[in-house]
Amino acid sequence: MESAQIGERVAKILEPYVKDTDAFAKRSDTTKILDDLKVNSARLVDVILAFEDEFDIEIADEDVDDVETLGDCVRLIAARLS
Amino acid sequence: MRRRVVVTGLGVVAPNANGVADFELALRKGRSGIRHQPGMAEHALACQVAGVPQGVDELCQASFAEDELLAMNSSHRHAALAALEAWTDAGLERPDPDDDRVDWEAGAILGTGIGGMDTIVERVVPLVSAGKARRLGSTAVEQVMASGVSARLSGLFALGNLVTTNSSACATGVEAIALGADRIRSGQAERMLCGGSEGASEYIWAGFDSMRVLCRGFNDEPARASRPMSASAGGFVPAAGAGVLLLESLESAAQRGARIHAELVGVASTCGGHRGGGSMTAPNPEGVRRCIAGALADGAVSAEEIGAISGHLTATAADPSEVRAWADAIGCAPEDLPPITATKSLIGHALGAAGAIEAVASVVMLEHGFVHASQNCEDLHPELGAFESSIVRETRPMEAPVLVKAGFGFGDVNAAVAFRRARRA
Repeated sequence: MESAQIGERVAKILEPYVKDTDAFAKRSDTTKILDDLKVNSARLVDVILAFEDEFDIEIADEDVDDVETLGDCVRLIAARLS
Repeated sequence: MRRRVVVTGLGVVAPNANGVADFELALRKGRSGIRHQPGMAEHALACQVAGVPQGVDELCQASFAEDELLAMNSSHRHAALAALEAWTDAGLERPDPDDDRVDWEAGAILGTGIGGMDTIVERVVPLVSAGKARRLGSTAVEQVMASGVSARLSGLFALGNLVTTNSSACATGVEAIALGADRIRSGQAERMLCGGSEGASEYIWAGFDSMRVLCRGFNDEPARASRPMSASAGGFVPAAGAGVLLLESLESAAQRGARIHAELVGVASTCGGHRGGGSMTAPNPEGVRRCIAGALADGAVSAEEIGAISGHLTATAADPSEVRAWADAIGCAPEDLPPITATKSLIGHALGAAGAIEAVASVVMLEHGFVHASQNCEDLHPELGAFESSIVRETRPMEAPVLVKAGFGFGDVNAAVAFRRARRA
């Protein structure tokens, strides 16, 4: 799966949790999920579970600690898919 | 000197209406909210009818953010909708989530009898049993913790005063109002969102079904199933929903120029101590009497001032003794009992939300000067013959200025409140 495709699906999953819609509209690979999009940090758990369901993958808890940006999400998912 | 407490906002999610305006119509017209429930039939409950609010998810989609809804089970949804209506009805602005200001003078006592049973049944038990606890995500705890329902309101309205959840079984809703009144009277808060909420789930109702306290004989006639004070009453009809009152100090209401629906003049809570006939599941009549009499004394209400009684009246064997307790507490002969009605005849028994929904009905009736007909008691219970003229079987006007509402619950707990019609300026 292309990174762009993964990125679109990641954005769709994140959208309900986004508090800064301007930052979301201008998002890029380096957009930070907590700091820029203002997603409640507790909800990151639900976002990761939704990634698992969407892409039929498993993401280890320790891998989640390294996820900061949208690009990090796409790379993590792409690695699991490969 | 204690401060006066008034009701400036009302909100309701009931099986027969959403919103106070339609709820008033439903009460006047005797519209039933009891329907056949396929889920109860599928799970082989003997009772297969219940009062479940309709159209709640659609209303929530229009009122709350998508991520908020992901963490709101049915009890939370009922509470949030009713509280939002009460808050805006009081003329208060819904704060912007990005506005960091907190209203330190406003709080909430929003109770529940059972709480997040739907979350437990649909998510916690299946996932944990399957060894998938990590898949519960972040929203399970806030939906099963008892205080989640009041905490939800704090986030919606930036409440900075006491925010808590009381739980006293079927007395919960009335008790929340009594507790909120105390908070304002003592000067500790200016505004309190008070009431109760309950979710809809056959898993909540199954235990009552097993106790044989639910109605079993009217599964094919839902509107006739809830029969308080009737000879053919065979148990209560379970229900869900929420009622919320915005209680406010008279000073705060006057300062804001708020419309006053009614004054909350008297409150009381008692427990029968599981003595004198009381138990975990039955009331000590002396505890009931003291509770009602306590609310009347607290509000300096005389018998002739009582225009109506909104009973607890569930359609179980306890109804006749409750009616006798009202007469004992008021100190009147059976034929002099003020008009008494049972809102549960229309909506069923919403457990922890019941008293709050019925308190909303009480304030509506007081404000608009009517007492709604208590349905399905055309065959009056034989022990209630002496009270016949007081039992409201056709909607009638209410003249006298006070309405008394009580709620009684498992645990032998009781709560009562007395509302007085707001004086016209």
